[in-house]
Amino acid sequence: MSAPGKTSPHAAMSQDVHARPGRSAHAPTGTAKVVRALLRKELLVELRTLESIPGMSLFAVTTFVVFHFALNQDTVSGQEAAGILWVTLLFAAMLGVNRLFVADADQGGFDGFLLAPVDRTALLIAKAIALLAYLLVLELIAVPAFGLLLLGPPLGQALPGLLAPLALGDIGVAAIGTLVAALAVRTRARDLLGPLLALPLLVPIVIGCARASAPLFYATRVGGDGNPPLRWLGTLALYDLVFGLIAYAVFDFLLED
Amino acid sequence: MRDIEVQTANGRTVEDIVAAVELDGLTRNYGERAALDDVTLKLDAAQTLVVFGPNGAGKTTLLRVLATLLRPHAGKVTVLGAEFPDDAWQVRGRIGLLGHDPLLYRELTARENLRYHARLHDIDDELVERQLAAVSMTSRAEEPVRTLSRGMVQRVAVARATLHDPELLLLDEPYANLDPAAIELVEPLIGPSSGCTRVLSSHDPGRGLAESDLVLGLRAGRVALLADATGVSTNAVAELYR
Repeated sequence: MSAPGKTSPHAAMSQDVHARPGRSAHAPTGTAKVVRALLRKELLVELRTLESIPGMSLFAVTTFVVFHFALNQDTVSGQEAAGILWVTLLFAAMLGVNRLFVADADQGGFDGFLLAPVDRTALLIAKAIALLAYLLVLELIAVPAFGLLLLGPPLGQALPGLLAPLALGDIGVAAIGTLVAALAVRTRARDLLGPLLALPLLVPIVIGCARASAPLFYATRVGGDGNPPLRWLGTLALYDLVFGLIAYAVFDFLLED
Repeated sequence: MRDIEVQTANGRTVEDIVAAVELDGLTRNYGERAALDDVTLKLDAAQTLVVFGPNGAGKTTLLRVLATLLRPHAGKVTVLGAEFPDDAWQVRGRIGLLGHDPLLYRELTARENLRYHARLHDIDDELVERQLAAVSMTSRAEEPVRTLSRGMVQRVAVARATLHDPELLLLDEPYANLDPAAIELVEPLIGPSSGCTRVLSSHDPGRGLAESDLVLGLRAGRVALLADATGVSTNAVAELYR
């Protein structure tokens, strides 16, 4: 509105708000634009605080060192190696999941977002992409560390086949993690509730990824062509799709009072 | 008596549309406790409602309901022609909220925060610079919000709350942390001359009464005082706190 005598910067730009240059008259902002704005903000905050990625990476590397000594083995292979890798990645991811909405909850980011004329799904998409980016950086550090500290067979041999389980695992963790983090962050026991809700939902992803990766971690190929079993990749893709749709369907309600 | 009775397409009259805020029996609970209990009032466009009341009276809850951040549990709430909660989405982007929390990310600079909000509201960066200049924060705009004084953060918060030129301003003790010069600085944005409909919570009877048209006094969530500002004395407001 533009009352007579208004001297705000808005009035200085134009007397008619709805025809004013520089804005679109309270029309809903495009989802892609909002996702970009949220993502940019998310990554800036992470770059300034370094609250998620360093902690996730350090946790994963430390866990591999602990396994190295606890198992009293120089190397592991096969299903054992796959289990260690995916359980470690899962718990490291939980650190990122737990921090995903903390700045928004503690610094009024939710309210600022909810007051804007935007599609709320943009927040789900932006947070899931941010979490995916965190997981990617985590894996760029953790997977080579796993190859150096624990894995018996050369990592280079398993790496091409490992990309598909890593990608499908990351998508599932991002979808479920974002959903659960949004649910938990507004509760008083968010640090406890997040993992309690997320872990049971993430178990099928760990199982799928570990089963899909295990054949890649044998020194000699055992009953396969060196690729991850398609059955498990298909299961992972289906699980990702289902939880992606669930997250899309219920995310708006999680943001409501 | 209505002088004009024009029906619009959706059946609303001109007089209905003029009311910027209309509450009819608004109730909002926190668990068993009623934070707002049967609040009824009507505020016309471009007018200011000042809300007085002791801590815990329900002032902030009222502002958050009007901001669409809390759902009413009973009663009818109509803001800028939209009935809550079903049509609340229609008024997002038309409301500016300045609360106790500045809604700014501490690790981002003042400029980054305003640009972030500008993108959410689809506003050009040019207006961000104008807002920074309006609250005299251009020279400190590249510093993280966590390094700014409380007064400066409040000035940036004023710029953030008015960035999208809202029709309705919800102001929760807006002059807290501001020195007299800063209060004068932000007046065109959030003061009476902003031309916006305003709902203002305050503990300052003198200032609150001076810049309001309607006075609401809350005590334990209930309406203890509702009158035109011209008919309310500072003593009547002081009674609310006893």
